[in-house]
This record gives sequence, C-alpha cells and structure tokens, in this order.
Amino acid sequence: MAKLVFLGRLADVAGAPEREVEPGPLAEVLSLLPGELAVALLDERVRMALNGELVSEPEAVMLEAGDELAFLPPVSGG
Amino acid sequence: MIDVRLLTSVFNPGQFVGPFTHAHPGLGGVCTFVGEVRGEGGVEALELSHYEPLTLPGMQALAQRAAARFGLMGIMILHRTGVMLPGEPIVCVSAAAAHRRAAFDAVDFAMDHLKSDSWFWKREKKGGAWSWIEPRAGDYNDLARWD
Repeated sequence: MAKLVFLGRLADVAGAPEREVEPGPLAEVLSLLPGELAVALLDERVRMALNGELVSEPEAVMLEAGDELAFLPPVSGG
Repeated sequence: MIDVRLLTSVFNPGQFVGPFTHAHPGLGGVCTFVGEVRGEGGVEALELSHYEPLTLPGMQALAQRAAARFGLMGIMILHRTGVMLPGEPIVCVSAAAAHRRAAFDAVDFAMDHLKSDSWFWKREKKGGAWSWIEPRAGDYNDLARWD
C-alpha cells in the first residue's frame, strides 16, 4: 500500500489526515477517491510532496508500495 | 549560530533570547520579534499544523538564507505547533549582527517568509467552531518585497 497525507483543510475534506491507497499512477489513485476529495486535491494551488520531496511534475507521479504522497494547500504560518 | 526549532508547548521567548544573545560576544545588535495569538474578534484558540518532512528543513533553509543575505552573526527561529490560546507566543525570530540594520531587516525577511512561504497551516476557533485561515493578499505582497 501507499499513503496519502492531507494537510490543512484537505484533512477536513478527506475526513482524516491520511489514507492508505493501492499503488499506481496518480491519475488512477485519484480516480478511486471520492469525487469531492479528488477535486480538492487537484486544485492548482495544492502542491505535492513525494517522500518528503516537492513534486514538480504531478502528472508523472507513480506511487510505489510504501510511498508517502502529501497534498499541501496554501500555507499560513507566523 | 543558527538555531531553528519547532516547539509543541507554550514557551517563554526570553528564555531563548538570553542564551542566543550570549552566544554572540562582540555583536552590535540583536533584534527580536515575537508574534502572539491575538485575542480580538472572539478568537478562542489557534491551531498550527505542519508536515514533519518539510517544515523544519524549510525553516532551516530560511535561516541559512537570511544569515547569508544579511551577513548575520546568528539567527534563531522558534515556531509553535499545536493548539495555542490568546496571548501565547506563536513565533519568535531573533537576529544578531554587527550593525542594527542587518538585524532589523533579517527579522522582517524571516517573518514574511514564515507567514506565507513556510509549511504551516493555521486554523482558528470562534464560537466553538474551527475554520481554516487562508493567506491574505497582503502577506504575498510583503513576501514580494524581497524578490
């Protein structure tokens, strides 16, 4: 299995801070999620990090077993 | 000296600023900013979440950038995570330099980047209900001053 991690408001949309999914190409992984969540994750302002490294080409992401893919909405700290 | 920490419980900035200052004998000035949870508008609590693999490494990189850009002797960045109450400190940035301008500017630079270019997500509780805080346009304008 691979793990999706949802930060900020995305955790509310997902109903949990993380979710186990079957490995595979990102498009396939997203297609198996609830529609509302998939739409929120595909927002152009949401960045992704695969195993702690920011993703520059989301369309090329292929999840392997044990991978962790984090979805990062716009930040607000300080 | 670069000192960057994520803190999970309430802290007293003075306890950190003292030792940080003493670690830089011969400095010309130290500038410290402390941000606290505002009590206005019926805010009952604030919660900051972060993402372990990115947040602290990002803060360390920010500290390195600030130190190099302003020629600092040292910089300290402390940032809370978890639930905070009004009046509690969220963030403390302290810069030590040979001259005051570098210390002022470094703290300003670090705060603008912590507000809208660091891996934190903030939500506030009002009337018993939590809501996420989106970054303000002004935060991005503040950040753009340093490009």
